[in-house]
Amino acid sequence: MAITSIKNLKEFSTNNDRFEGAHTLCPGCAHSMIVRELMNCTDDNLVMTANTGCLEVSTAVYPFTTWDTSWMHIGFENAASSVTGSEVMHRVRKKKGTLPDPDAPVKFVAWGGDGSTFDIGFQWLSGAMERGHNFVYVCLDNENYANTGGQRSSATPIGSTTSTAPAGTHSYGEKQKKKDIVAIMAAHDAPYVAQLAPNKWKIMAKGFQKALDTEGPCFINTVSPCCTEWRFDPKDTITITDLATDSLMFPVYEIINGHELNILYRPKNVLKVEDYLGAQGRYKHLFKAENKHVIDKIQKDINEYWDMLQRREEARI
Amino acid sequence: MQDLKLLAQDNRGLYQLEAGEDLLGWHEVTQGSILPSFEGDATGIANMKQEERNYSHYNSYTATVASWRVLKPVYNRDICIDCQNCWVWCPDTSIISRDKQMLGIDYDHCKGCGVCVEVCPTNPKSLLMFGEHSSFEDALSQWPEKKKKEKK
Repeated sequence: MAITSIKNLKEFSTNNDRFEGAHTLCPGCAHSMIVRELMNCTDDNLVMTANTGCLEVSTAVYPFTTWDTSWMHIGFENAASSVTGSEVMHRVRKKKGTLPDPDAPVKFVAWGGDGSTFDIGFQWLSGAMERGHNFVYVCLDNENYANTGGQRSSATPIGSTTSTAPAGTHSYGEKQKKKDIVAIMAAHDAPYVAQLAPNKWKIMAKGFQKALDTEGPCFINTVSPCCTEWRFDPKDTITITDLATDSLMFPVYEIINGHELNILYRPKNVLKVEDYLGAQGRYKHLFKAENKHVIDKIQKDINEYWDMLQRREEARI
Repeated sequence: MQDLKLLAQDNRGLYQLEAGEDLLGWHEVTQGSILPSFEGDATGIANMKQEERNYSHYNSYTATVASWRVLKPVYNRDICIDCQNCWVWCPDTSIISRDKQMLGIDYDHCKGCGVCVEVCPTNPKSLLMFGEHSSFEDALSQWPEKKKKEKK
């Protein structure tokens, strides 16, 4: 068991970074904060795969690699299947005794953006969860296809403007509700499913450690504010994440064995969703008089969802 | 001030990421390639500090993105309380911290996003953004005074 201490931030900072700088993610991108928090919470060997997305294209700019671990990329959608393939190969070689160091602890992690998790790689992810391999899938949810110019994905929330669902005189932007990926993954009877946020580093690191420790397929959805497509100043990434978790737009919770729901973070003062929406350029049009009903709808959805989470936590179903 | 004598044989920031004319075109690149991050054996990397590792020239540690920066963060050791907020939220692994102490900023990998300044809890902040070409002495001499708390 080789898991590093996360008792406080000073002890956490004694870990040695395995995600190097000089990747080409935008300044202020939350993707690399999340990756660093995961890679610092363990010193086991890591085998990682990645779906195509911002993280993949920016950290493997030929002829450079940003990863100090085994990292593989094959196609857009198949991080989940390539990580399960690696996991099975590791198991078989361990059984046959062909590994040079069979006792070395190895963890398997797959990375995906929201496009490749919610839409394109969904079938591969669902298959891998169903087969029950021992891996962790981390979705970096920035609510659009940020890598290709901000098209809508099924993670895009109601009311936000994207390049394929633009707001204007005839539309208020995206009209469909966001897919509830955490509930879908919990319905696969996965042993550990969680939604985490990078501003709560301790909750996040604990969640990652729990997922890495758990035998079986684990899924983690993390909010990753995108300064380019959400249209805010790069320095405000953590502030926006604070607003997202405090306005309950992104509640932080975990589901164990598909039914045991725990809310991991309860904001002391729940903010109105206007504070979160108003901080970003992609929701600017909602503050016109004719779009007020959209904000009311978003607030109503959030309240209902939070209510549902609390009831589920109490009832343990 | 910012002279970080951490690394004896430092090979960080040797290459520019945008490598110009000798890059291969899309039809000349080999399909499928392996880029080793380290020279030789990479066992136990997780327990080695960055200065002890033997990075290969494929590792982006040896590359630099310093040209992206417009504003740079300047670090004031006198005010810092080593809370490590900047370390945990730096997206570019550019805050160098050893043995629970913040040592400085890695200017080869910093893109100048300003997240570290935003999350700094001290009063006045121990990290502030200055123009890329201003000198450290100038920046430190312009440091603001401690703000008094407003009485309600």
